[in-house]
Amino acid sequence: MAMAGLDIEQRARPRESFGEWLARRGTAFWVVGALLLAMPAIASPFWLVQIIAYALILGMIALSLMFLAGYGGIVSLVQMTVAGLAGYLVAILGGSAITQISLNWPWWAAVPVAVLIATLFGTLSGALSVRTEGIYTIMITLAIASAFYYLTLQNYTIFNGFSGFNGILPPVFLSVDWGQGIPFYYLTLGCAVLAYGAVIYVSRAPFGLALQGTRDNPRRMAALGFDVVAHRIAAYTFASLIAASAGVLLVWYQRQISPGTAGVGPVVDMLIIAVVGGLSRPIGPFIGALVYVLLRTFALDVLEGIGLDGRRYQLLIGLGFLVIVLFSPDGLIGIWQRLRERYRRGDDARNTQMGSGGGTP
Amino acid sequence: MSDFVARRPIWSLIIILAVAILVWLVFSIWTPGMEASFGRKRVFLSALFNGITLGALYFLVASGFTLIFGLMRNVNLAHGSLYLFGGYVGYSVGEWTGSWLVALLVAFLLVALVGILMQVLLFRWMEGQDLRQTLVTIGLSIIFADLLLWGYGGDTFQVTAPDWLSGPVTLPFAVALRSNGEAVMMTYPLVRIAILIGAIVVGVLMWLALNRTRVGMLVRAGVDDRDMLSATGVRVQLIFVMVFAFGAGLAGLAGVVGGTFQSLQPGEDTRILLSSLVVVIVGGMGSIPGAAVGALIVGLAEQFGSVYMPTYAVMLTFVIMVAVLAIRPEGLAARR
Repeated sequence: MAMAGLDIEQRARPRESFGEWLARRGTAFWVVGALLLAMPAIASPFWLVQIIAYALILGMIALSLMFLAGYGGIVSLVQMTVAGLAGYLVAILGGSAITQISLNWPWWAAVPVAVLIATLFGTLSGALSVRTEGIYTIMITLAIASAFYYLTLQNYTIFNGFSGFNGILPPVFLSVDWGQGIPFYYLTLGCAVLAYGAVIYVSRAPFGLALQGTRDNPRRMAALGFDVVAHRIAAYTFASLIAASAGVLLVWYQRQISPGTAGVGPVVDMLIIAVVGGLSRPIGPFIGALVYVLLRTFALDVLEGIGLDGRRYQLLIGLGFLVIVLFSPDGLIGIWQRLRERYRRGDDARNTQMGSGGGTP
Repeated sequence: MSDFVARRPIWSLIIILAVAILVWLVFSIWTPGMEASFGRKRVFLSALFNGITLGALYFLVASGFTLIFGLMRNVNLAHGSLYLFGGYVGYSVGEWTGSWLVALLVAFLLVALVGILMQVLLFRWMEGQDLRQTLVTIGLSIIFADLLLWGYGGDTFQVTAPDWLSGPVTLPFAVALRSNGEAVMMTYPLVRIAILIGAIVVGVLMWLALNRTRVGMLVRAGVDDRDMLSATGVRVQLIFVMVFAFGAGLAGLAGVVGGTFQSLQPGEDTRILLSSLVVVIVGGMGSIPGAAVGALIVGLAEQFGSVYMPTYAVMLTFVIMVAVLAIRPEGLAARR
C-alpha cells in the first residue's frame, strides 16, 4: 500500500530526463554500479562466473517473478519453466552434442525463436491461470511447471528424456568468444541491467501503473474501464520475455540442460529467491539470488567448518526462508529499510533534542 | 442427481453412454478385432483397475488437502511431506509391532498431531494472509523433506501388507476364452481392492459427517462464510484446528496406504503433492465430491496414459487439467 502511494507521487512529478533520473541516484547506486563494472579486475574467474554471473542470471528469472508478484499481485511459479523451455529450445534449434536432435541453426536464428516461443508459452500459461484468481494461481502454475518437468523427463524424441542436452556452446560473435569468463560476465551484466531498467521503466509507465491498480483493486480498475485480464496477461508476456532471455543465458552458462534444470525444486527456489530478496523492489531478486548462490556454494564448507553435517544445507535454506517469511514479509530489502529507518529516526530524535536545547535553529 | 440430468440433458446422455460402453467393455469377451485395435483385454482391465485404485489413493490425499483449502484458504504445499512422513511412520511402526492396522492408526494420529502443531503454532497467527501461509508451507516442506532424508536416508521402503490382505483374488470378469470355451477370469491383488473399499468408506463417512452432523454443519458454514460463523459465537479456531488435524491425518493415513502398494522414497512427497494439486484443480477446490471425481479422472488418465501412450502419459493428465481450466475454471464439481 505504501508503494502505491509512492507511485502516485512519482506520477505527479513532471517528466524527467534520463540524466536527471541518474543524478538523483544515491551513493549506493554508484558504488554498486562501479563495483559491478570493475568486478573482473577484483574477482577471480571462479567468483566472476560461478557466483556473480550465475546470481545475475537467477536474479533475472526471479526478477520476472517479482514483477508479476510485486506489481501485478500474481504469484507465478511458471517463470523457471519459461526459462527452461527457452534453454531447451536453444539446445534443440541450435547446436549441441546430441546431433540427432539438434537442428544446428546459427545462434542469431535460434535465440530469437527460442525467446519468442518461450514467451508465447509464458503468455499462454498466464492466460490459463488468470482465469482464476489469487491463491489459485500458485497451484495452477505449479501444476503447469511440473507437467513440463515430467514431459521433458519422459519424452525422448524432442527433449531427449532424462539426460537432456550437453555440449551447448555460447556463440562466437564480433570475434569474441562469449563463453569466456570476462565476456560472459559482461554479457550477463548487460542483460541483467537491461532487464532491471526495463522493469523499473515499465513499472512507472502507464501500463505498469494500471497493473498496480489491478493488484490493489481489480474491481475498481474494471469499473474505470481497464481490462484487468488483458493487463495481467500482458504482464505475463513481459515477465516471460525476461525469464526467456535469462533462460538462454542459463543454458550458455551451464552448457547443458536436463529436466532437473526446470524441475520442481528450481521452480520453488525461484519463489524463495524472490521472497527472500524482497518482492517490493526490483533489486530484491538480485540480492536474493546472490544470497542463494553463496549459500549453495559455501554452505557445505561452512557447516562442516563449524562441526555440523554439511549435507544439511537444504535444511538451512528451508529454515532461513521460514524465518524471513515469518519475521520480514518484505524480505532482506525490508530488513534493510527498517534498519535504515530506525537509524534515521534515531538521528532525527537526536537532532530535535539538540534543537530544543539550543533554542531555535 | 436428477437436478443435474434436468439441467444438462446432453452431458448426462454422454456420461450414461460412456458408462454403458465401459461396462460392456469390462464384461464382454473381446473379439480378435477389438484386441487388435485396443490391445489385450487383460491389459485394458488392469489399467482400469489400477487407475481406479490409484484414484482411491489420490482421493485420500486430496480430500484432506481440499478440506483444509476450502475452510482456511490455506494452500498446504507441505501436504506431500505429511504424506511421506505418515508413510515412514507407518513403515517403522509396522516393522516394530508387526501390525498393519496399528501402523495405520499411529500414522493417522501422529501426522494429525503435526497438523495441529502447524495450525496452532504458525497458521493461526497469519489468518487471512493466503500468500504468506503458502510460503510458510513451502518452507516447511523443504524442512520436512530434509529431515525425512536425514532420518530415513534415500532408500526405498515398502510397508508390509498383512497376511489377510496379501495374495490375489479372482474377479468375476472374463479376460479371454480358452480353446475349450472355458473363460479365464481376471485376478487382482486383494490389497488394492481393500484400499479401494477403504477409500470409498472414508469418502462416504466424510460425506455423512459433513452433511449429517452438527460439526459438519459448522464446517460447511465455515467454508461459506467464516466471519459470519465466528460472529454467531462459534469457536472457529477450534474447528480450524480439528479440520487441519483431520486433513493432515488423512494424508498420513494415505502415506501408509501408498507405502503398501507403491513405495516410499524421497521425491514421493512432491509427486503426491502435484497429483493432489491436479486432482483438486480438476475436481474443484474445496469440494469433497470434486476431489473424488478428480482423483478418479487423474488416476485413470495416468494409468491409461502409461499403457497406451507411454511418452505422453503426463501430457494426458495435463491436457485434462487445461481443458477443465478452459471450460470450467472453478473445477468440475464446484457449486458456482
